[in-house]
Amino acid sequence: MSDCRHIGKARPRPDAADKAAGRTLYINDLIRPGMLHGKVKFSEHAHARIVRIDTSRAERLPGVRAVVTAYDTPEIRIGFLNDNFALKRDKVRQFRDEVAAVAAIDPDIAAEAVDLIDVEYEPLPGVFTLDEAMAQGAPLVHEMDARGNPLTTNELSLRYGHESGDLAVAERASAHVVEGRFSTQLMQQSCLGTAGCLAELDMSGNLSIWARTQIPFLAQRDFTQALRALGLPGRNCRVIVPALGGTFGTGLDTHAYEYIAIVLAHRTNRPVKILYNREEEFANLSPRQSAEVEIAQGCDREGRLTFRRVRVRQDNGAYGSWGATFPTVMLLPVTSLYRVPNVSFDARLVYTNNTYCQAMRGYGNPEVTWPIESNLDELAEAASIDPFELRMRNCNEPGETTPMGLQVTTCGLKECMEATAAKLDWGAERRARRGVGMASLIHVGGSGRIYRSDGGGVILKFDDFGQINVSYGGVEMGQGLHSALSLTVAEALGVSPDKVTINPTDTGTCPWDVGTHASRGAFIACNAALAAAEKARAQIFAAAEEVFPRLALQNLERYCVQHPDYRAPTFDLAAAVKADRFELADGQIVLRDAPAEPWLKVDLDRLLRAIHFRGSRGEVITASAFYEPQSDLPDWQKGVGNMSATYAYGAQGAEVEVDEETGEVRIVRMVAAHDVGKVLNPQTLAGQAYGGLTQGVGYALYEEILTEQGRILNPSFTDYKIPTIREMSFPVHLEFIETDDPAGPFGAKGVGEPGLVPTAPAIANAIYDAVGVRIRDLPITPEKVLRALDARRAASAGKQTSTP
Amino acid sequence: MSRECTLDVNGSLTTLQVAPSARLIDVLRDNLGLTGTKEGCGNGECGSCTVLLEGRPVNACLLIALEVEGRAITTIEGLLGPGGKLSPVQQAFVEAGGIQCGFCTPGMIMSATALLEANPAPTDAEIRDALVGNLCRCTGYTQIIESVRAAAVRLGTGDRPEAPR
Repeated sequence: MSDCRHIGKARPRPDAADKAAGRTLYINDLIRPGMLHGKVKFSEHAHARIVRIDTSRAERLPGVRAVVTAYDTPEIRIGFLNDNFALKRDKVRQFRDEVAAVAAIDPDIAAEAVDLIDVEYEPLPGVFTLDEAMAQGAPLVHEMDARGNPLTTNELSLRYGHESGDLAVAERASAHVVEGRFSTQLMQQSCLGTAGCLAELDMSGNLSIWARTQIPFLAQRDFTQALRALGLPGRNCRVIVPALGGTFGTGLDTHAYEYIAIVLAHRTNRPVKILYNREEEFANLSPRQSAEVEIAQGCDREGRLTFRRVRVRQDNGAYGSWGATFPTVMLLPVTSLYRVPNVSFDARLVYTNNTYCQAMRGYGNPEVTWPIESNLDELAEAASIDPFELRMRNCNEPGETTPMGLQVTTCGLKECMEATAAKLDWGAERRARRGVGMASLIHVGGSGRIYRSDGGGVILKFDDFGQINVSYGGVEMGQGLHSALSLTVAEALGVSPDKVTINPTDTGTCPWDVGTHASRGAFIACNAALAAAEKARAQIFAAAEEVFPRLALQNLERYCVQHPDYRAPTFDLAAAVKADRFELADGQIVLRDAPAEPWLKVDLDRLLRAIHFRGSRGEVITASAFYEPQSDLPDWQKGVGNMSATYAYGAQGAEVEVDEETGEVRIVRMVAAHDVGKVLNPQTLAGQAYGGLTQGVGYALYEEILTEQGRILNPSFTDYKIPTIREMSFPVHLEFIETDDPAGPFGAKGVGEPGLVPTAPAIANAIYDAVGVRIRDLPITPEKVLRALDARRAASAGKQTSTP
Repeated sequence: MSRECTLDVNGSLTTLQVAPSARLIDVLRDNLGLTGTKEGCGNGECGSCTVLLEGRPVNACLLIALEVEGRAITTIEGLLGPGGKLSPVQQAFVEAGGIQCGFCTPGMIMSATALLEANPAPTDAEIRDALVGNLCRCTGYTQIIESVRAAAVRLGTGDRPEAPR
């Protein structure tokens, strides 16, 4: 679509000016009349019996309006495994377990009251590593499952796997096989805006909750169940999403604090807000889940991949949340990154007394792309083939069906790798201690089906002034969804983007959407908007058959007064006015194949008023559409199913310099090449790519939640380092490959997550190229590099002494 | 226990009762309704609450309100020009894509404003030095640096408002 007016052109996002002015309202800024402030009392043990909770001192504190525990409120189970509780009873299983909560007239009193709650515990032995948790006779984190059946192991019953081809035969037939063990760390989403919500019940028990969520409609379902538990069955739950200070996956599940706010609002009959501070955000929210991975890959003499075997173990923490479903996304790269005919995958998840885990950008994909792409460089070395060349020989191509059953429609991986290598001057001579590395990615590019419906709806509402209000149930969390959506609506309806307003996300006014995850926001919203726009155009054109001639003739009359010498061309207006001949362009309705006379163009707002104000036949134009992508819900145990309507590809490359004295890695430059299908707004797209890559750099080099016996040791930005502007002082070259995907809106694929997926292995491969050490555990700290360098020096010294 | 205090914020004097322990950020947000100043950490680590104290960037979460009585404070709301027009720095962030979720944006713009006031043509290294205390999780900073560069150009071409006090 080269004739697009708005799509493909850089344009500031519609919310930018308010954000620049400090006018945008986040959870932090919301106040309701009579609002109380809630505060949670967290566990002081990783694993303990609750013997007694004494709330009397807190209740006596002036300004306190309610103190709640599991012992005086109905049980509310949460999480997709129903193994978690809003408030904990009988025992705590992690340090962040919620044992009580208060509501008070201001945050200081609430904090003081929480300190006055006395909890007596009987400590229990805990399990804090995978080996401890899987040992014979290990203490059980959960003695029973959600149905009350006794459990005998800490291993979760969820099963994920994949077997295709014959691994044993393929392995024996391989010319080269390389095995390795890799690990990834707990990573905190580190949204600048901390978590919070505001819950309010009306006199009928209908709930309104302003929430930091990416899943308004699944949250609505969860909160509706909570209302039932509170004795309010059949009441309405309305989830409203204010501006979000980032989410990056943390809004993908509902959280205990949200249910606690509902319980407190119910108890006090007042609006209750809970807002986490930074320490609470670090210590009491679910980070990205860690992973331990064993991998083996083989190739033939020509470097063609013969097999890939991946075994994953993950510390799930104390409760089930979306961390427990990371393997659903791991399946993509494991089965389908490069052409590999024989694949074996198995993932096991284990309860421990560590913090439970959740989603973050990439969702399992970086956890296995890290070992796949690191190990691939080792395989290339074993086969004496250049790593770029090895990747090119196994590159995915359009039209292939992968072992998982992914149907590759468009694929720009080859172009991405070529662009990355070219921009890095791959193969050029470099000075000592400098090296280059690259890594690739596959990710869902057309949403990712993890639920019965993977769709989303859009409503377009036209008013008498030519303004178009758009309602969509997904979430703008900073990524630029509203930019893509407003440009799409403007393009489809021939109006200026200024005429398009995106309404706040609100389950009360927006059509259902499964949630903003899997890089699906713009893909789903824009496809739904295009379908809705088509319906709106049909309505407008049908009505225009009646009203257009009158308006055009009025135009002509006025035009003749202004231009007395004007002679209108011969034109049979009545015959021309057919619905299928109308077009919308530049804010006007026009007739195709009609003379280009100015009076034959009618402003859209005037047309809309004429359609509205015509007596009993008057109508206002509203159109809605629900878009359900073409994809299959995979069988997770078999690891088979075409889970997305299309797939996104990309490659990143890094040039690094390693200081052999300190182990410090300095990134000299990076390249990110992404198959984006089609560029919708180059400015916001670049923002996603730069931002994703930066989180990838943090994942690679700096970020790690440190724990000791289940306690989080670094709950602050001083001790948990995210990249600052100083770390990001190297040039990043972006390259966008347009493959014009048939399923995408204007050909676009999802782009939200890919940016951080291949960053860590690209950097690790560059480090190996620079100084010959391979780091297998993220993050790649100077200490680890130094240890590896020392080990290599010691080994080579040993070799020299043993072979005189 | 609270004390009367006159604060000079965005060129206006306001007298109000303030607790001795009240932080400047809370008085700005809760008493004066200036919610553009954001609290990202409360420990001076993230820079989201950056305001200008007599033209210099400071973390409003680390200041006691009573300690800055009578001294000129500028918040993000105070950068708007006549008729509510965005300042050149604000406008540059809008146009160069320096904004995503927007939570760090007010603090980032305050730091950039102070930088450009002191140094109208900063190098990229000087921009990094000035913004190193402002964390952003969304943008990767590239478009923020481009925004500050664009702001310097705007200010250099005469689109310069009265300097915040």
